[in-house]
Amino acid sequence: MTSILPLTEPAIAARAATDSDDTSAHPGAPRRTARGSRARRVRYALTVLVFLLPSAIPLTLFVLTPMVSAAWISLHDWNLLSPMTFVGLDNFAGLITDPDTARVFGNTVYYIVGYLPLVYIGGLALALALNRAMRGRNLLRGIYFLPVVTSWIVVAIVWRWLLAPENGVVNGVLGFFGIDGPGWWTDPSWSMPSIILASAWKDLGFVMVILLAGLQSINTDLYDAAKVDGAGPWRRLISVTLPMLSPSTFFVVVISLINGFQVFDQVYAMTGGGPAGSSQVVVGEIYDLTFRYGSAGEASALSWMLFVVILAATVVQVIGQKRWVHYA
Amino acid sequence: MKRTFRLAVGIAAVGALALTGCAAEAPTDPATPGGETPTENVTITYTNFISNGGNEENLQVIVDAFEDENPGITVDVTTLPYGDYGTALQTDLAAGTVSDVFDIEYANYRAYQESGVLAPLEVSNPGAYRPSLLEAYSTDGQSYALPSSFSTVVMFYNADLFDEAGLDYPTSDWTWADEQAAGEAIGALGDDIWGSHQPVSFFEYYKVLEQNGESFLNDDNTAVAFNTPGGIEAAEWLTGKSGTLMPTIEAGQGTPDFDTNLFLEGRLGMLHTGIWMFGAFADAPFAWDIAVEPGNTQQASAVFSNAVGVSASSANIEAATAWAEFLTSSQTMVDIRLDSGWELPPIADDAQLDVYLTKDNPANRQAVFDSLDAVALPPVVASGQQEMQDIIGEELVEAQAGRKSVADALASAEERINAAIGG
Repeated sequence: MTSILPLTEPAIAARAATDSDDTSAHPGAPRRTARGSRARRVRYALTVLVFLLPSAIPLTLFVLTPMVSAAWISLHDWNLLSPMTFVGLDNFAGLITDPDTARVFGNTVYYIVGYLPLVYIGGLALALALNRAMRGRNLLRGIYFLPVVTSWIVVAIVWRWLLAPENGVVNGVLGFFGIDGPGWWTDPSWSMPSIILASAWKDLGFVMVILLAGLQSINTDLYDAAKVDGAGPWRRLISVTLPMLSPSTFFVVVISLINGFQVFDQVYAMTGGGPAGSSQVVVGEIYDLTFRYGSAGEASALSWMLFVVILAATVVQVIGQKRWVHYA
Repeated sequence: MKRTFRLAVGIAAVGALALTGCAAEAPTDPATPGGETPTENVTITYTNFISNGGNEENLQVIVDAFEDENPGITVDVTTLPYGDYGTALQTDLAAGTVSDVFDIEYANYRAYQESGVLAPLEVSNPGAYRPSLLEAYSTDGQSYALPSSFSTVVMFYNADLFDEAGLDYPTSDWTWADEQAAGEAIGALGDDIWGSHQPVSFFEYYKVLEQNGESFLNDDNTAVAFNTPGGIEAAEWLTGKSGTLMPTIEAGQGTPDFDTNLFLEGRLGMLHTGIWMFGAFADAPFAWDIAVEPGNTQQASAVFSNAVGVSASSANIEAATAWAEFLTSSQTMVDIRLDSGWELPPIADDAQLDVYLTKDNPANRQAVFDSLDAVALPPVVASGQQEMQDIIGEELVEAQAGRKSVADALASAEERINAAIGG
């Protein structure tokens, strides 16, 4: 039977061996001729290449080439208009000593620290609620997922309106209970919480879907056993659900952290990084440096610094997962 | 994943810019428009912001007239909102995809000219332009762009509210104190009525500085000069309007179109804005007029000038220059601009501008010309222009919001701007 599915490396090797009626692909098989072996290797490499091309071409064009280009630009002073001037590592040195760099990284970490727990706990609560048999469950899942596929510009406009300091719905409700609502996006102390709130709301559906899939893969025998042992709902959540959900949690945390370091759209649309730079994040700074201040060299250097930070954070998580992620 | 892709696209853009930027050659051979022969069936691309927001049809009339007079040349127009234009132009210039002809502002002329992206122009009839405007876009006697219009900022006022408050209408000799008194009287008409609105921004601050006998930059434009008692007084005048003469930031002040909507709703007595708003206010359901902006120790009105440049990398520099000249000095352009109130044509012949004064709404169009008697031009620095504008705007808003004293905000602005512009 001819498979139309992409072949894994062992499968391709096996197919190659079968096609050539040569059993040398298997351990202990007779020694192949050097010519035949080379031909097979070339054919194997070409086969792999063909299957990789759909991913490799855009990856090379839109990721690897720009990354190499950005590394090159980061060594230059360039305003996008005039010819580049080589400055060595000056851009990196300047950024490291620039207080704005620490500020934008600090704001980005602030965003992640506020956003991640909020979106995870909210997504988990939704997933648990919508994992039970109930009328209209699929409709509710769809509704909660709707913000995920909505443009950030639309969401930002809605949230700016909701959080408008004087005439907003949120402060109106708070005022009804005698609470003097804050200046949300006009107050430097509240601008980032405003963005965190809107971001968590928008991404709840995404986290919900991931965790729902994780919940549905948990063997119900485990719950039955826990019940027999006298575990109540809370104990089952802590001792069964969360440990068994840890692979999904790990995925959510890794993706959210990477996305969190690259946060931009909502900041640009909601506050523009203000007031007084209180919500300016790393990617916002990269944008400003490139397109507003004509410092593409510094922007590229900052991009690479961000890349290293994200890589380090991800590596730490991958190493750390051994301590808390349980694969069934 | 979505953001990863977005970052990839962003990096790709920078990469593409790098590649194209590296490949782009700086112009080494000054264009000689007069020495080339127009190519048959040439299409000229023109990207603009000047017609955005209501003058697209007026621009098309000029395009049609040009194409009629120049068979074989077609003008392909792209119109962008002002807010997006700068970024789009910068990206196009870096990527080598810029139009043959494109709009530029006076504040950015120097940076573009020094970068070599503007073709030197041979102007066939330099006498058609106001000398000062033509000179503004020249470097070492060579024109690199042609002025397309100029406009002034004046004070619009709601005559009905002035009548209701029993006030005399503003005149060209008003001072800040007069505006303050009138604004307070109009504000007293109701809780949702406000006296006077003026944006808290770079573009207002350098002007009120000059109205107070101060200046934004030092004489050689290498460092700021506003951190003085007079500069502080000017900043206090500007930021102090918040919550007294105009709504606060918390009420939405500073958001796009907030001030013009407030005026159009008949809830604002006075509004500082440009004459480009004549068309937008034409159908306002109340009587309105304009006056020269009040000064303090002296009068000073902001004058803005737009221009068009021809790309140094254009393959059709001669045809592009012909279009640029037609757009900026033809009789068709003059007629269209004067008829529609679409800013002012940059022409030398003042007699032609007389017709502008005969138009209604606003009645006191003489104020537009009176405002030219004392002009405040935007301060321009060699590098760090946008950063300078952003920093002063940010610090003034901090003072406006009460999070910093005006003195502290200006001191901080002074330090940050001087660092940004190398002062």
